[in-house]
Amino acid sequence: MQVIDGSASSIKSFLKTLSPVDQVGAESRAAMLATRSIKTSSKSWAIDMAISMIDLTTLEGADTAGKVKAICNKAVRPDPSDPTVPHVGAICVYNDMVKIARTHLDAAGGKDIPVAAVSTAFPSGRASLEVKRVDTEDAIANGAAEIDMVIDRGAFLSGDLEKVYSEIKYIKSLCEGRAHLKVILETGELVTLDNVRKASFLAMAAGADFIKTSTGKVTPAATAPVVLVMLEAVRDWYAMTGVKIGVKPAGGIRTTKDAIKQLVLVNETAGPEWLTPELFRIGASALLNDLLMQRMKLRDGHYAGPNYVTLD
Amino acid sequence: MRIDVKKTYKLFIGGSFPRSESGRCYEISNAKGVFIANPAQASRKDLRDAVVAARSAFGGWSGATAFNRGQILYRAAEIMEGRAAQFVDEIVAVEGVTSSAAKKQVQEAIDTWVWYSGWCDKIGSIFGSTNQVSGAFYNFTIPEPMGVVAAFAPQKSSLLGLVQTIAPIIATGNTVVAVASQKLPLSAITLAEVLATSDLPGGVVNILTGMTAELAPWIGSHMDIDAVDATGLTSAQDKELRVAGSENLKRVSTFKAEQSPQRILAFMEHKTVWHPIGI
Repeated sequence: MQVIDGSASSIKSFLKTLSPVDQVGAESRAAMLATRSIKTSSKSWAIDMAISMIDLTTLEGADTAGKVKAICNKAVRPDPSDPTVPHVGAICVYNDMVKIARTHLDAAGGKDIPVAAVSTAFPSGRASLEVKRVDTEDAIANGAAEIDMVIDRGAFLSGDLEKVYSEIKYIKSLCEGRAHLKVILETGELVTLDNVRKASFLAMAAGADFIKTSTGKVTPAATAPVVLVMLEAVRDWYAMTGVKIGVKPAGGIRTTKDAIKQLVLVNETAGPEWLTPELFRIGASALLNDLLMQRMKLRDGHYAGPNYVTLD
Repeated sequence: MRIDVKKTYKLFIGGSFPRSESGRCYEISNAKGVFIANPAQASRKDLRDAVVAARSAFGGWSGATAFNRGQILYRAAEIMEGRAAQFVDEIVAVEGVTSSAAKKQVQEAIDTWVWYSGWCDKIGSIFGSTNQVSGAFYNFTIPEPMGVVAAFAPQKSSLLGLVQTIAPIIATGNTVVAVASQKLPLSAITLAEVLATSDLPGGVVNILTGMTAELAPWIGSHMDIDAVDATGLTSAQDKELRVAGSENLKRVSTFKAEQSPQRILAFMEHKTVWHPIGI
């Protein structure tokens, strides 16, 4: 494998070794996998797996401590009437809500549910490195076990790959040993699938533990072809280095059907060993209610309604 | 020499015309057994999708002013008038009646829209009330729409029965998932084309064609349906639906009267508001 020493030329020559993405092929492969029909016991398994993979997210300007506490309760016991429902993968909030979420999760019996903080001037990433450092350190100090950073898309698109790489590497050095680093590529702004593949490798080479599609603030977000390309990237990275990197699609995954399509993509692309919350997460908020309604349908034999799940 | 362009009769869900997700369709023939068309045969998942569409349309439709709803119902009558000939042809082909009988049915259906459009902004003042209470309060009772209503149109009528079923339900702000007559479903889909171009927001009316007996139990047990017009069911199907519907206390109604304000009131709940006098 080509070695990266952080210089612009080493990054460029490393990315040159990547095979280009066949866009038409990726789209048709993703569309074909989306036609798989998952039923009965497999569906039931997939629903529980998807619930345990959710990064239950609230990233609104209107967030309050009350709302964060409410989603923490929901994270621990998604369906209060059914103790067999697994807890979600993590809570994902803005920096100032990290402490509230951590304290409340601990109090509500969710000690093993990590808090993920969006960081580095999320969602735009337009801030100085010093601001990004403080943003990240503050979140970790307040109990964030996962840092969701955004890359500098402006630098990436104008070809300043060195800046993107060094920034990720710097944030990684702050997280080292204390928090998992998820790198948000914001694929909706990267224009082509080739760029998605390049950015994925750049992030992994710089030390990302997870690569994440989007902030959720830009459309399109986690489209199937994009997730497919990112899963192929982590699969190839594993073949090159023996290190397993996680993938987190976020944004636009609202229904059980969407979530199950994601799981099929994972199974068929990266492989079944990626079907674990350690290596695959889904960033979502409304999705959880739909999964719970589908779970009730499987359990009770009739269709549930939104009146039977919590409003959030 | 020209080959006729045949119409594909599809479902009407959320303002668009999908085929059944199951891919099924069934055969419709006229009274003499001559094949006419293959309409879509809705599955329980189409029903589920229709309920989701109806639920998401409920807020906007029930929040629209009564006057606005009345105008939109009247608009449906206007558009239907322009397509009357197509309805007449369809009814003649499917029901095997004379063209004058078909014409009469279409005219009555149009008049039904006009009749209920007039009711939209009057129902509150006629069936609501100001109550005398022993205290310094204004006390109002106001009829409000229930939510998502499922409806089985009468089996013996292809158009008029369906309009008589749908119009009173949506007049007050409910949204509807209507199951068309099993043997006479074609005019229902043509009616959907009228509604799709009448300023009616997508999802307010959803029309399914298919097997009544297959869909009825799923409608009965669906927790997000608030009420059912079971006029088009047999008494055995009706009973089964009422048992399944007891889970979420669905209000199940059947009607003998073809056109009556009682058909509006059946899908309304009366809410009482207390307001202190002098504030």
